[in-house]
Amino acid sequence: MTEMTKIVAKAPSGKQAPLGPAVGGAFPGIRALPGAGRIGDRVFRTLTAGSGALVLVTMVAIGSYLVVAAWPALHANSGNLFTTQVWRPQADPPVFGIAAIAFGTVVSSLIAVVIGVPVAVGVALGVSQYLPRRWASVLGGLIDLLAAVPSLVFGMWGLYYLIPHTRGFQQWLSTYLGWIPIFRNRTATLTGQYGQSLLMAGIVLAIMIIPIVASICREVFARTPGPTIDAALALGATRWEVIRSAVLPFGRSGIASAAMLGLGRALGETIAVALVLSSGFTINWHLTELGGDTVASTIVLKFGEAGSSPVAIAALMLAGLCLFAVTLVVNATARLIVARKVATP
Amino acid sequence: MTTAISIPRTERPTLNAKRLPRSAPGIAGLTAVAAALTARGILHWTGYFTAGFTAALLYVLLLGVWSVAVEGRRRATDRIVGIVVGACLIAASIPLVMILGYIAVKGAPALSPTFLTHSMNGITGAQAGGGVYHALIGTLEQVGIAAAVALPIGILTAIYLVEFGRGAFARGVAFFVDVMNGVPSIVAGLFVFTFLLLGLGLRPFGAAGSVALVVLMLPIVIRSAEEMIRLVPHELREASDALGVPRWRTIVKVVLPTALSGLVTGSLLAISRVAGETAPLILLVGYSARINSDPLSGDQASLPVMIWDQLGKRSGDAGAFGETRAWGAALVLILLVLAVNLAARLLARLTGPRSW
Repeated sequence: MTEMTKIVAKAPSGKQAPLGPAVGGAFPGIRALPGAGRIGDRVFRTLTAGSGALVLVTMVAIGSYLVVAAWPALHANSGNLFTTQVWRPQADPPVFGIAAIAFGTVVSSLIAVVIGVPVAVGVALGVSQYLPRRWASVLGGLIDLLAAVPSLVFGMWGLYYLIPHTRGFQQWLSTYLGWIPIFRNRTATLTGQYGQSLLMAGIVLAIMIIPIVASICREVFARTPGPTIDAALALGATRWEVIRSAVLPFGRSGIASAAMLGLGRALGETIAVALVLSSGFTINWHLTELGGDTVASTIVLKFGEAGSSPVAIAALMLAGLCLFAVTLVVNATARLIVARKVATP
Repeated sequence: MTTAISIPRTERPTLNAKRLPRSAPGIAGLTAVAAALTARGILHWTGYFTAGFTAALLYVLLLGVWSVAVEGRRRATDRIVGIVVGACLIAASIPLVMILGYIAVKGAPALSPTFLTHSMNGITGAQAGGGVYHALIGTLEQVGIAAAVALPIGILTAIYLVEFGRGAFARGVAFFVDVMNGVPSIVAGLFVFTFLLLGLGLRPFGAAGSVALVVLMLPIVIRSAEEMIRLVPHELREASDALGVPRWRTIVKVVLPTALSGLVTGSLLAISRVAGETAPLILLVGYSARINSDPLSGDQASLPVMIWDQLGKRSGDAGAFGETRAWGAALVLILLVLAVNLAARLLARLTGPRSW
């Protein structure tokens, strides 16, 4: 308080000088008085803008370092990066491709989105529209807590608890829905032979993305204009009709964006998938069969054996670069969906 | 926002419309459970999964049909959607309870004072004993360094975005903060690996992991700090501006103190988010069974990598006692993460405006 009075006291004592340059920020029309603060303002502004620039620099650096590090692998590879289904960068000549692991990544992430997003939307609706405030706060906090559980712990739970306890479920899928090829398991005959499949990886990923998607959707739903809801209620709408006619149309782009963010998170998830899946380098549409692998989990699992082989390291960098590029596109799309929404309300 | 609200004319609600009795959901539920249990006995289902699923389906069906008959289609739809939403809430909470319960059950036997105060030095997978002390030190140091770097940069960036950010540069920063939020942790690890370890020819060390954690933490810190600073009422800034206070002093003396509790909460949540990161640490910090309290040189253990090691993922052999220790370490890790997380929430609850 004393600091402020000092400055105020100083201001009138100076000569009547022309007003200083615009400070910018929240009040573009207001110009700062010349004097004590101007250099400080400039320094402070530069400091904060510099921190912001660091974000841009980091993103550019990630991309360019990965490109440079991955370059040798492109030349050394005797297979086709996008169609080869083996990963032997230490062979002579080196042969590797991301076909199988890209398939695993996309399929497990899609399963995660298909299962996780509807549940997350339901959770967000429940918390924002159904539950009384007190309960909503408790349950919302609980689901946010789920976001804080480390992915390593998710993976351990998935591998040691969920998979052994859902073998029967997978067998059931294969037995009764086996006429749909993706559910058919051609190899297993006993319950114990089901387990570490792409389907289970997708389910673990679904559980992991629910809190993220739910918290974004909840925020979007909470922003539904009150008058629109009141109007619907005044017309005698039931709770579901309010949701269908007011909340969902308003939140459509928000849900789309949240789903994209969830997809991005699932695509890049590493440790949980590395624990849940047992390695496999062929494209296999039978999702209840063992095997499968994703780009991210391959990187972490193959890193140890890559050792000091430059080509093997570069090959992993190449896989990382592909993953980076895909998540970049997905996240940028998610962001653009929301940006367009905000621009034209 | 213009939204067409259409309610079928034929089914205008009337004040004396027939409704189901209050006990209807209870009756339908009990009937459904009883029917499912009977079916389980007759058809010899093993386990309770199928029976539970059948009961849920029967419940929806019973209540739906009953409601259509008495209240009409609109109310019936409303009831069923309500049940589905409730099911989603339950489905999302179950994994959390199960994960926490499972970790507690599996990890508790390993926990002991010795486990918390001893390292794994000289202990093989086939031997009992040892503990997490070395990994705990590593995790605290690595996350501490990451926080010390990421929090100031993040909060300064958030200040820039809220207080100064206009024009293409600011829009670019805001855009890339969001995109950076989606950078997979393994990619952050690969990036730091190329430029710190490959580029400078260094051996793995603790602080290298911190750099990757900074990359992961920055966008989280920026986003939450941005939100908190935006919450500071404009009137406060206007009042300060009207007194002729320079903008930077307004920010330091008025805006930041007002947003302080929110900033602390956001920072703690960001810390709890990255404390359990595993993938980048596997690439960057190495692992040492010995206590290494110097984050700047030599392999340093951390809780996630210790778990990875004890599960036999590094050596290929967990040994007879590895798994028990892995669960113990996982319990320590999750308690640490949840403690920070809950502290943040408690702080928000006590000081800030209500969310959720």
